Amino acid sequence: MDFELNSDQKLLVDTVNNFVKKDSPLSRARKQRDEDPGWSREVWAQMGELGWLALPFSEEDGGMGMGQLEVSLVLERLGTTLVPEPLIPSVVLAGSALARAGSAAQKARYLQPMMQGESCLALAYAERDSRDNVACVATRARKQGGGYVLNGEKVWVLAGDAADTLIVSARTAGEPGDREGVSLFLVDPAAAGLDKSALKTMDGHRAAHIKLDGVKLPAEALLGAEGAAAEVLDEAVDRAAASACAEGAGLLDAAFQMTRDYLCEREQFGVKIGSFQALQHRAVDMFIELELAKATMLLAALKADAPTEERKRAISIAKAQLSESGHFIVRQAVQLHGGIGVTDEHDVGLYFKRQHVLNVLFGDEQYHLQRFANSEGFAPAGL
Amino acid sequence: MDLSFSAEQEAFRQEVRSFIREAMPPDIAEKAKRHAHFEPEEIRRWHGILAERGWAAPNWPEQYGGAGLDPTRRFILGEELVMAGAPELSPFGLRMVGPLIIQFGNDAQRARFLPKILSGEEFWCQGYSEPGAGSDLASLQLKAEDDGQGNFILNGQKTWTTYADRADWIFVLARTNGDTPKRQQGISFLLCDMKTPGIRVEPFLTLGGTPAFCDTYFDDVKVPKENLVGPLDGGWGIAKALLGHERVGIGDVGSSTRALHNLKAIAAETVKDGHPLIEDPAFRARIARLEIRIESLRMVIYKTLAGAELGKAPGPESSILKIRGSELQQQVGELTMEVMGLNSLNWFNEGAVPGNQYWVPSNFNYQRATTIYGGSNEIQRNVIAKGLLQLPGT
Repeated sequence: MDFELNSDQKLLVDTVNNFVKKDSPLSRARKQRDEDPGWSREVWAQMGELGWLALPFSEEDGGMGMGQLEVSLVLERLGTTLVPEPLIPSVVLAGSALARAGSAAQKARYLQPMMQGESCLALAYAERDSRDNVACVATRARKQGGGYVLNGEKVWVLAGDAADTLIVSARTAGEPGDREGVSLFLVDPAAAGLDKSALKTMDGHRAAHIKLDGVKLPAEALLGAEGAAAEVLDEAVDRAAASACAEGAGLLDAAFQMTRDYLCEREQFGVKIGSFQALQHRAVDMFIELELAKATMLLAALKADAPTEERKRAISIAKAQLSESGHFIVRQAVQLHGGIGVTDEHDVGLYFKRQHVLNVLFGDEQYHLQRFANSEGFAPAGL
Repeated sequence: MDLSFSAEQEAFRQEVRSFIREAMPPDIAEKAKRHAHFEPEEIRRWHGILAERGWAAPNWPEQYGGAGLDPTRRFILGEELVMAGAPELSPFGLRMVGPLIIQFGNDAQRARFLPKILSGEEFWCQGYSEPGAGSDLASLQLKAEDDGQGNFILNGQKTWTTYADRADWIFVLARTNGDTPKRQQGISFLLCDMKTPGIRVEPFLTLGGTPAFCDTYFDDVKVPKENLVGPLDGGWGIAKALLGHERVGIGDVGSSTRALHNLKAIAAETVKDGHPLIEDPAFRARIARLEIRIESLRMVIYKTLAGAELGKAPGPESSILKIRGSELQQQVGELTMEVMGLNSLNWFNEGAVPGNQYWVPSNFNYQRATTIYGGSNEIQRNVIAKGLLQLPGT
């Protein structure tokens, strides 16, 4: 049992802390939300140079050969000032799928430029009726003339408005809900028949609805084995959930500190409001939830590479805990700020919004509770 | 970073497990299986067995008979004992007065008291709270006056002196000086033989229907001065230092985990609309919610433990253990009662409900104490707010 960071990890965390302080304070997140695409290509390139976009990928693929823990450590720090660059959509979601399922040629063409910060990827897996089931895919990929033709619609594709390449899940066989028959395709967003509408999300990020109307793809657009993408997607989404837990832990830490500081400054009835016992106890409850979220985010990060059942169980624990702890902390953060907390002008609301988004993405609380409840060994033998 | 126990640690776990399996007397094992309440006699018997193995006082230094185990092995030992449902040893000697005598007592006191605490030959109770001094402990009134002949004369009352009726000794906080600028300053820490004339004990029932609580009255009780631990009028400081002992314990999470297993077993045996309750997805999600809270707290414990292994003082995360651990114990008890439905009405009727349900209503009631004893959770929150979060004072 060891919770210490090694020297590489310490250096990494120091570098990110430095970046957050000097290059990306909260004011940048606030400004960036009004400027499309909600993040900066320059900063993305800077992150590429620093190696942050290459952390989880093998050295063979041109990556840093680290793991989810390092990704999580970076995201936790980036979460403190809500750094808006699309690490989770591009590096974690799309990157995981590409790294696991891609051929050497596909990785060289799509993964390497992304690792260098030259391009951005997005994973289009959600559909109107899919909720959190990656196998609920109605989009069809029909074989035609040695290639494929895609028809269907993808929704809320994170960073899908600006991504240079999309990875789209489509059904090559079976019916929505079947684990078999889901395939992945590399798609140029400028392809004929592809129509995307950019969307703002509550947290100032961007996403896209994407309509595929007879989009023709060559055979080499297929990513991984035909019909076998459900596992790949599950793993990618689980890594994204672990990442959300990390970013969440960082943002909750910042929201808590901001609230604590406010309790120490704000005066009413002639005293600092932090001297009121009702508010002190609320602050302690926030602190308790924060410690739980911080501890479980490590569980998720460390189990991201564990055998499937163990991975799912750990990530569901962490993601459900993030929802419970996170909701409590950001609600109370706004409440304890009083009226000023309900204005767009005050920063506490930025945390409130991002927390909601992280809660919904990659399996919400209900999803992870149920997945945990149905995991192996949950019920006494035989039930 | 690594979440696993080493091979040596896992081997130690197996050693503990097989020891418990072989050493636990059948009648105690049978009660453990039913999650039953243990009587002081049974606790003493188990204490003797653990003492013989050298595991009665894992947290003591080896020179006084401690187990010589590192923090992780102590944790594993504690976890295995709790998960096996073994009787929890009385904490008053082993975890409270013992460490305090080790740290603040003199050699004569160590020689006189420690061996018998360790062996279980002498049992202790705690004389802190009084009817007028609960959370505000510094307002305590038990008076200890110097008789000029080498004794203190004690007059007053202590309450919540758990198992005082079976205890051989009591440690008390008494007022030796009523004329100090701060109330905390005139308090001394004294050891008192329960057989001393003038002590009267009146047991009363807990909410769980178990006879554990007592009132203890002192009427001109003579305590020799050699039974003063630490400096005269300096008892408050050493009593506070004691609160720092054993903050990291499996205690609450272990018993919650075990109670959760029982909850699942009961939910599997309880039928609703023709199906076991545990098959109801909504219900299952509620159990899952509790288990996730327990597992999250376990991670906080692991963090604290890993820090202790490196010799670090407990970090801020450890201060939440008592609050959240006790809340979870109650939540598991509450959900178990809900699962049981009408069976949860049972009050000590033998044979009326399955064996693993018999003690649930009593435990559910007694568990209200977990958020009160050892400093109520509200007091814990005050302490964290001021000490850790540095929120302004009034």
